[in-house]
Amino acid sequence: MRRQLMKGNEAIVKSAILSGCRGFYGYPITPASEITEAAAQYLPQVGGVFLQAESEVAAINMLYGAAAAGVRVMTASSGPGISLMQEGISYMAGAELPCVIADITRGGPGLGNIAAEQGDYHQVVKGGGHGNYRTLVLAPHSVQEMADLTALAFDLADRYRNPVVVLADGFIGQMMEPVEFPQTATEPRLPKWAVAGTEESRGNLISSIYLEPDKLEAHVRQLEAKYYIAQQREARAEEWRTEGAEVVLVGYGIVARILKAVAAEALAEGLKVGVLRPVTLYPFPTLQFQKLAERVRVFVVVEMSNGQMLEDVRLALNGARPVEFLSRVGGNVPSHGEVLELVRKLARQTLPARQPEEECVGHV
Amino acid sequence: MSNATEAEYEVAHGRPKAFYENFERKDELQHQTHYCPGCGHGIVHKMLAQAIDELGIQNRTILISPVGCSVFAYYYFDVGNVQGAHGRAPAVATAVKRSQPQSIVIGYQGDGDLAAIGSAEILHAANRGENITVIFVNNAIYSMTGGQVAPTTLLGQRSTTTPNGRSAANEGYPLHVSELLATLEAPVYIERVGLGDNRQVAQAQHAVRRAVENQVRGLGFSLVEVLSPCPTIWKMSPVEAQHWVREVMEKTFPLGAFRDRTKDAPAKAAPPAAPALEDISRILGVADEGAVEEIDAEAKGAVDLQVRVAGFGGQGVLLLGEVLAEAGLHAGLQVSWLPSYGPEMRSGTSNCHVRLAREPIDSPLVVHPDVLVAMNEPSLHKFCASVPPGGWILYNGETVPAECERKDLHILARPFTHVADELGDGRAGNMVILGALLEATPILPQASVDAALGQLVKNPRWLALDERALARGRELLRESLQGVCHDG
Amino acid sequence: MTDAGKRDRGLLRVDQDECKGCGLCIEACPPHVIQMMERLNHYGYRTAVYAGAGCTGCGICFMVCPEPGAITVLRLTNRPAGRFDSEAEGAKRCAGN
Ligand SMILES: Cc1ncc(C[n+]2csc(CCOP(=O)(O)OP(=O)(O)O)c2C)c(N)n1
Ligand code: SF4
Ligand code: SF4
Ligand code: SF4
Repeated sequence: MRRQLMKGNEAIVKSAILSGCRGFYGYPITPASEITEAAAQYLPQVGGVFLQAESEVAAINMLYGAAAAGVRVMTASSGPGISLMQEGISYMAGAELPCVIADITRGGPGLGNIAAEQGDYHQVVKGGGHGNYRTLVLAPHSVQEMADLTALAFDLADRYRNPVVVLADGFIGQMMEPVEFPQTATEPRLPKWAVAGTEESRGNLISSIYLEPDKLEAHVRQLEAKYYIAQQREARAEEWRTEGAEVVLVGYGIVARILKAVAAEALAEGLKVGVLRPVTLYPFPTLQFQKLAERVRVFVVVEMSNGQMLEDVRLALNGARPVEFLSRVGGNVPSHGEVLELVRKLARQTLPARQPEEECVGHV
Repeated sequence: MSNATEAEYEVAHGRPKAFYENFERKDELQHQTHYCPGCGHGIVHKMLAQAIDELGIQNRTILISPVGCSVFAYYYFDVGNVQGAHGRAPAVATAVKRSQPQSIVIGYQGDGDLAAIGSAEILHAANRGENITVIFVNNAIYSMTGGQVAPTTLLGQRSTTTPNGRSAANEGYPLHVSELLATLEAPVYIERVGLGDNRQVAQAQHAVRRAVENQVRGLGFSLVEVLSPCPTIWKMSPVEAQHWVREVMEKTFPLGAFRDRTKDAPAKAAPPAAPALEDISRILGVADEGAVEEIDAEAKGAVDLQVRVAGFGGQGVLLLGEVLAEAGLHAGLQVSWLPSYGPEMRSGTSNCHVRLAREPIDSPLVVHPDVLVAMNEPSLHKFCASVPPGGWILYNGETVPAECERKDLHILARPFTHVADELGDGRAGNMVILGALLEATPILPQASVDAALGQLVKNPRWLALDERALARGRELLRESLQGVCHDG
Repeated sequence: MTDAGKRDRGLLRVDQDECKGCGLCIEACPPHVIQMMERLNHYGYRTAVYAGAGCTGCGICFMVCPEPGAITVLRLTNRPAGRFDSEAEGAKRCAGN
């Protein structure tokens, strides 16, 4: 297959169109604007709709409308824009409408800055809107994954009739790497629940209102059942050189790339270090963590946030193993050097030969 | 009345077909609406249903219901139904219509919904001239939530949040939505009607029908504002409320058409047909056909080249890196190219990381570059210490400042920009440096470099210049090596 | 119907289950041939009722009524009494709910 050098932000749009996406409604925000711009270029060429909305609030409600009308649809935004979309995302989850949202994160809170941060984890993974719902969240760490996980996002969105977020950072969006695309485009198809302005679909209703407590409870339980199935089936994580690892580094997005480089160097030094990279942030790959916990001594979460994913790692491990944490925020990227230093320290602690020495030091 | 007599009559005005026979989505009272006695919403519903019947569009109609007392409009209308978030019906309607252009999309909104929380959405849908119909029920109050002030509440009118009456000083003036929207270019039809007496009701029915018909004809955005009684919140009898519409409300909100281009507006063009599915990958530029054939690099040995290019914007930093990455791809290698991003981008600096490797690339961030290309002195200062022993620094300058002098690596310092000037254009300095880089790190076959350049530089004049620049760079490096005494 | 030879042009039917007794139809009817019943229907509303004569079939009461099916206005056809064609049959069914 043809390998092409391409930016992650462009790969998302091309993959989306190949996956049958025929609607894009968005509002510009750095560092997600390139996605919106690529969509503006390509969607009209494939018979799709591109519209720059008046706000993220309008954009997400346009997604609501397009999805209700049976079209595969997406948007792209970042931090504050995603915050503005939360009511609409909750409505879509409540009305069981599929859509794909690319969140190319930036620094916060407030206006923060436009550098890469991972502070959107809570608002995206925990469902920043109101009510008992979840969004499925995929976290690419390469340009190829920007394409592949976008395609997966559309499938999952349809399968679960729920919004799916592709959560990436500015690095993954901006960088160019070789990427391969499927050559056959997916035929956009009309779901049978869609309200399409036809005789067959006349009886259909898209709504998220259940006035009766019993009915809303039943609805929430049904959503829960879907999420439960997703937890069983869709959780993904990449294990990288974890065989024999005593220290496992945990991170997603660009951080995972840094962790792989650090682990490679640590391994070359003879340290037993591997990487566990959550690919789905919801459902969180709890099982992979629990399995690794049986043979790993310590987990090290590295995040460009003040510990948002850390909470999920701790929940997954439930105290089974200690969890160390290295955090950079504000647009600073955890440096290779600082992670390696921590890894060396932790790995040394695990080496039995060193233990008496350390005890010695402790007694002096 | 005997059957024989009744048989002489036929139904002239009866329940419109666009209403469900039974309101099965309601739990009880499935033959009545949920509206209070005398509520204007019911009357407007009937006008709309009547229009749908008359225009024969029931199958094509999609109703967007708002949040407000009419949230349950979908109980009644036997059409496609979408219930939207508070105020967002115009955004929802926009996308429904654009997704299904053959459908007839009707947004139904109250005055809190449309004129307060949703004021941006209605303004922009109108301004885009979306081919939708908006029915705007103005009852001068937030009814569903129990009677708080609305943007359309009259001066002096009491509400639960203006207990002493609306004052211009605190809440501003009643918002004239129809007049406001009529200042826009795009809308085709905007009329305010009332439900204050028989004459007004007849006019309202006429207007609702026209607003829908305009869409059927493809003319564009139509909105009907209906001054509508809310006897319950107004604390009036239905008949008093009706009179209040005519005698009080109408004074603030005069009736009439504020825009009517129904006669001369042209029908909107149908969206262009979608291309065949097989053509999509070609349109996106990702089809296998037309791809530049990768070559299988003859050298199979380990490759892991890490390059950092740094300079000011306009020095061709990013392009230099891109040509290198494209050439690596062509040579069958794994590659990554990462531009400076975030805080680094400030103050005009430009910067990129390039990696070429045989094995999958772990991190695209280059921490210890095998080659540092420093296009200016600040960049040299910033990164010279990061190059590991044995590496290369290619510096765009005559002499390396003392602080950056290093004995454990190779440094080539030349005024590459001036070299390029001599070739014809100083802007090709980046390609002179790239030539030197390629010569210093002999991994990539010339064919791959040519292919990459051909792909990225489309202007033939520039291409020729860049080729000369590359060759000159290679020469410069070779010359420099001749003067160097190699150790080891 | 007072006189078989001079029948009213219109005929009003009010569905006692659907009417909420708002009185708008009474207010609207030009010849004032709708009245409010004293009796309550089983939802507790007083409901509108046709006075029995004088309806012109103008349809105004239908348009001002907020309930979808509370009011049905019928109009005199030119057909002689006693002929049951399918259309009239339909009208009767519709009006008699
Ligand atoms: C985001 C949001 N804010 C507030 C509300 C509460 N709310 C529901 S309806 C409504 C006002 C409705 O007033 P209007 O649009 O005038 O409709 P009416 O009930 O008068 O017909 C409000 C404030 C909500 N549902 N959602
Ligand atoms: S509160 Fe007012 S607007 Fe709401 S249903 Fe009753 S009369 Fe109608
Ligand atoms: S149709 Fe006209 S005349 Fe007859 S009852 Fe109704 S309003 Fe009165
Ligand atoms: S207008 Fe309708 S609901 Fe009101 S009294 Fe007349 S028939 Fe009954």
